Amino acid sequence: MIPAPAFLTNPERFMAFSRWGAPMFGVIAVALALAGLWFGWTAPPDYQQGATVRIIFIHAPAAQVAMFAYVCLAVASLLSLVWRQILADAAAQAAAPLGAGLTAMALATGSLWGRPMWGTWWVWDGRLTSTLVLFLIYVAYLALRASIDDETKAARACAILALVGSVNLPIIYFSVDWWNSLHQGSTLFAKGGPAMPPVYLIPFALMSLSYLAAFGSLWLVRIRGEVWRRRAEAAALRAARG
Amino acid sequence: MLDFDTGKYAVFIWGAYGLSAWVFAILTISTLRHSRRWKARFEALNAGKAAGGKTDE
Repeated sequence: MIPAPAFLTNPERFMAFSRWGAPMFGVIAVALALAGLWFGWTAPPDYQQGATVRIIFIHAPAAQVAMFAYVCLAVASLLSLVWRQILADAAAQAAAPLGAGLTAMALATGSLWGRPMWGTWWVWDGRLTSTLVLFLIYVAYLALRASIDDETKAARACAILALVGSVNLPIIYFSVDWWNSLHQGSTLFAKGGPAMPPVYLIPFALMSLSYLAAFGSLWLVRIRGEVWRRRAEAAALRAARG
Repeated sequence: MLDFDTGKYAVFIWGAYGLSAWVFAILTISTLRHSRRWKARFEALNAGKAAGGKTDE
């Protein structure tokens, strides 16, 4: 048997790390957001999109981190399924509501950007539809988790769902290459370098890092909450048994 | 200088920023509440146990 990473086998070590890690990531997120918003709101309007270009600084980071949250959910689910690590399951469970919120944010801000630029709130193209599917997978994960009382069975069922759902990630990423779409293609990782001038690229990068740090902070706090919940339920069970 | 002139797109731009701030606020508040609630619960159970082996459960 391959040994599990020590960090994931030791809740005490995780609690000690997250005690200072969560607020540290939170402070970094706020500092990066302030810098990103400053650069974003001092950048000139785009020659084609006008002032609506400023929506990219909040829309694209939400979409990127929503996908990253799913990567975290899937990796933690795999570790939970293979090594039966409680902390990995707690990490997967904690990532789901955050990912769902970020995906909803990406869909809503994208719609608010699409209406003035495309003339429509929504189109059933590859990128938008696969992102909606991501949101529905998050909701399905949360619903499945809530519907099973047995913690072990819930962890197993949700881990399988999360791993099956990870098929959607490359579909989201490559959808703009595979199918015709109103949605623009890759911006940061376009062939030949970022398809964006530095005046927009700098605030975009700062906001992306800010969203990532915010997710990191909230994720750590949520995992801590999950650890407390499991400890409280174990303590209540011990007390009930006398 | 900061340029908050969003012209005819104001409702879309400020709507998107306001909605993002709202979602972040919801995520932050619910996350902190979840963590604090269960920490307090665990500590209450432990305090009850230390006080005489009985808890409110």
